[in-house]
Amino acid sequence: MRDVAIGQYYPSSSVVHRADPRFKLVILVLYLVTVFFCESFFSFGFLTVFVIVTIFLSRVPIGKVLKSLRMILIILIFTTVLFMVFYSDPDSKPLAEWGIFHIYLKGIYAAVKLGWRLVLLVLMPTVLTLTSTPTELCDALESLLYPLKLLHVPVHELALIMSIALRLIPTLIEETDKITNAQKARGAAFDSRNPFKKIKAMIPVLIPLFVSSFRRADDLADAMDSRCYRGAKGRTRLKKLHFHVGDVLALLFWCAVTVCILFLKYNWFGWGFIALLSI
Amino acid sequence: MPFLEFTNVDYSYVGGDDEVIRALRSVSFSVERGEFVALVGCNGSGKSTLARLCNGLIIPDAGTVTVDGASTAERASLFDIRKKIGIVFQNPDNQMVTTIVEDDVAFGPENLGLPREEIRERVDWALSAVGMTEYKNSGPFRLSGGQKQRIAIAGVLAIKPQLMILDEATGMLDPSGRREVLDVVKKLNRIDGMSVIMITHFMEEAAEADRIIVLEHGQKKADGGKELFTTPEVFTCAGLDLPLPVRVAEKLREVGVDLGCPITSEELVGAVIKSVKGGAA
Repeated sequence: MRDVAIGQYYPSSSVVHRADPRFKLVILVLYLVTVFFCESFFSFGFLTVFVIVTIFLSRVPIGKVLKSLRMILIILIFTTVLFMVFYSDPDSKPLAEWGIFHIYLKGIYAAVKLGWRLVLLVLMPTVLTLTSTPTELCDALESLLYPLKLLHVPVHELALIMSIALRLIPTLIEETDKITNAQKARGAAFDSRNPFKKIKAMIPVLIPLFVSSFRRADDLADAMDSRCYRGAKGRTRLKKLHFHVGDVLALLFWCAVTVCILFLKYNWFGWGFIALLSI
Repeated sequence: MPFLEFTNVDYSYVGGDDEVIRALRSVSFSVERGEFVALVGCNGSGKSTLARLCNGLIIPDAGTVTVDGASTAERASLFDIRKKIGIVFQNPDNQMVTTIVEDDVAFGPENLGLPREEIRERVDWALSAVGMTEYKNSGPFRLSGGQKQRIAIAGVLAIKPQLMILDEATGMLDPSGRREVLDVVKKLNRIDGMSVIMITHFMEEAAEADRIIVLEHGQKKADGGKELFTTPEVFTCAGLDLPLPVRVAEKLREVGVDLGCPITSEELVGAVIKSVKGGAA
């Protein structure tokens, strides 16, 4: 089976694993907001240190986390390079230019930040799925979205759908591999260098994958029905979510960080002077 | 009153080419508590349809299916019926709801709305019954097919059904995986008194049951104990192979050695020893 980092739980009993999944989820959201709004290399550095510390605390081998980057490698290179060569800064002279491509110093900075941002955006959710089981995430989501239940939003069902999706990622990847090999055996041109041919060759993989996914969904529905599933009605839980002082402290810390970053960005109450601390 | 009863059940569905497939035609039989029944038939004989009729996943077009007196056609009684009848399906990967063994086994009892302590107790019991306790915190992707199927059995067991149906549950397993599953099921039947319906086309597996029902083209062809093996036509007409010991004994009979009717390999060995020793004396 091909190794995929996202959606795969790495069993351990580290601090990060034991933290309340609800808090982990909220902190992740705050973190993502921060990543989108941070501007200076100083804040990027801070977030990176935070990510590294979290990975270290979770005792997940760093290689396992970094594997998630492999999936976005192409997008990462593509976007950063394009961003760099098309960046225009009317105030300064380009460092280099070829035809329509110009490279400015600011362009390099901006491109590096863009790539860095993408990496930060992928790493943390990976850590979350590596350190929380789908059941925990499902329960956390259900509990966080509880208020929406009053508006008749099917919260339990949505959470379950998410958990099953996570559960099926490795299965579907395995299946894709199998179908790809089967089509290769019949002479499909996956190895062609022509990108159009390559994309066209994906069609005979995607269609059987869809068909088998529907069959799988049917089977799973039968199995769930047979095991007395009838939605959230009267359902109890084996594991109850507990939070500790540490969870609350971590959350407060992240609220503070997010607020700081927003101050930097929008200079609320003139507090943007903290920006002087950075490059 | 029999525990599970089929009365003149008809079921048809529309197949892939818009043709109506009559999966079951006027099938009647009943299963008592504590029985170990093998349901055999080749592909397309209606075996899986029959399993899905048992707990109301599908409802008969004509005739009735009753479980403990309640008909599957009544929506209100479905939840109770599913508490009493558990089904293990063929593909273990398509039965897992989540990625942690323990959480998956807990899915059934959670749906029953049991208190936390009891769910814990049932999960631990079910996992030990299938001998998978040490894997309770691992993910299913590192497990073998036989182990995954044992987890699926534990998931059904945790509901504490009175009847367990195995719908070709060993079909995707290798011989050692098949053995693992079969041993667990036999133990549950003998020791815990759980009724079992084992749907299979491996005749060696069917030979271990107390009673065998043969399906052919949606109709019940035969229903009886091991004496069915004395009339092999019942099985060969339905497109099934006989268990190896039966075939060996048959060949020997053709050359003039009568071993009676051994069904399992132990019985065959016993009969051969007896005949060899008898011949020498």
